[in-house]
Amino acid sequence: MHHHSADHQEHDSAALDTMLRAILTDVLGLKLGQAAAFTPQTDLFGALPELDSMAVAGLLTEIEDRAGIIVEDDEVDGELLETYGSLLAFVRAKRAGA
Amino acid sequence: MISNWPCPQVGGGYSDELAIVLGEARPHRVLIVAPLFDEANKLRRLLVEVMRRLDGAGVGAMLPDMPGVNESLAPLAGQTLAGWQHAAAVAASHFAATHVLAVRSGALIAPRLPGWHYAPPAGSAVLRQLLRARIVAAREAGREETSEALTRAAEREGIELGGYPLGAALFGELLAAVSDHAASARALAHTDIGGTAPWLRAEPGFSAEQADALAATLVMELRA
Repeated sequence: MHHHSADHQEHDSAALDTMLRAILTDVLGLKLGQAAAFTPQTDLFGALPELDSMAVAGLLTEIEDRAGIIVEDDEVDGELLETYGSLLAFVRAKRAGA
Repeated sequence: MISNWPCPQVGGGYSDELAIVLGEARPHRVLIVAPLFDEANKLRRLLVEVMRRLDGAGVGAMLPDMPGVNESLAPLAGQTLAGWQHAAAVAASHFAATHVLAVRSGALIAPRLPGWHYAPPAGSAVLRQLLRARIVAAREAGREETSEALTRAAEREGIELGGYPLGAALFGELLAAVSDHAASARALAHTDIGGTAPWLRAEPGFSAEQADALAATLVMELRA
């Protein structure tokens, strides 16, 4: 039972990773496959000039819709979008608590 | 071609607004209602390309400016959702539109005609995204704002969001607005069109495949 549940979580986690890369591709208009090269250390907010405040808002709203989470105002800070890893960790933690 | 249409003004009377019009004498004439605010810029090229394809298939199409929007000289701050709904209905009547293609939040002001509401969001979702953009920008500038406080202030005295000055009435109307397509038109999901949702892109882009798919959907249903 426990083993089955762990498998399920791992599957969910990999699906979240795939989904997050797809959302970034859509929002930033990345070329197909470009987001596949993201590592947890890949800079997002500082390094991607496309991510202005309107794009950040669109990105978070899309993540809410597709991941079924709610992002609170006070959770939106520079650290959240600093790297791909920080964004993925945030969405995973939100999903685990959902 | 660029044409004028007599648009009802806030406080009474009419003044000319611009419209792109192709094939106005065709038996089928589709009124295109563009999204509100920043999505109008992201989708304008796509919509004009859809109009060209419709024209090529023998279907007329018109894309009118609403008051306070795009080339309009009317101040945006005085506009209301009810005023835009009225203006869109007047445009439909002026151009004798037989169908409507309302895109995204354009569905919130679309006249009751047969046709399509393409990926319509609720008005509250439109505001949520604009409020969040403002909160993100404020935080970068070292100011703390919250959705609750901004919403309370906006309902009282209006608010500037994403560079758009919105009156208190418009803000309040948007909070409650939902697309009412069931009465006449049908909802068209983005998955039916495919590809990256063009309103999500941070930089405006244009996909010929999406314009093809959207125009083909309309033409096939008009001829069915």
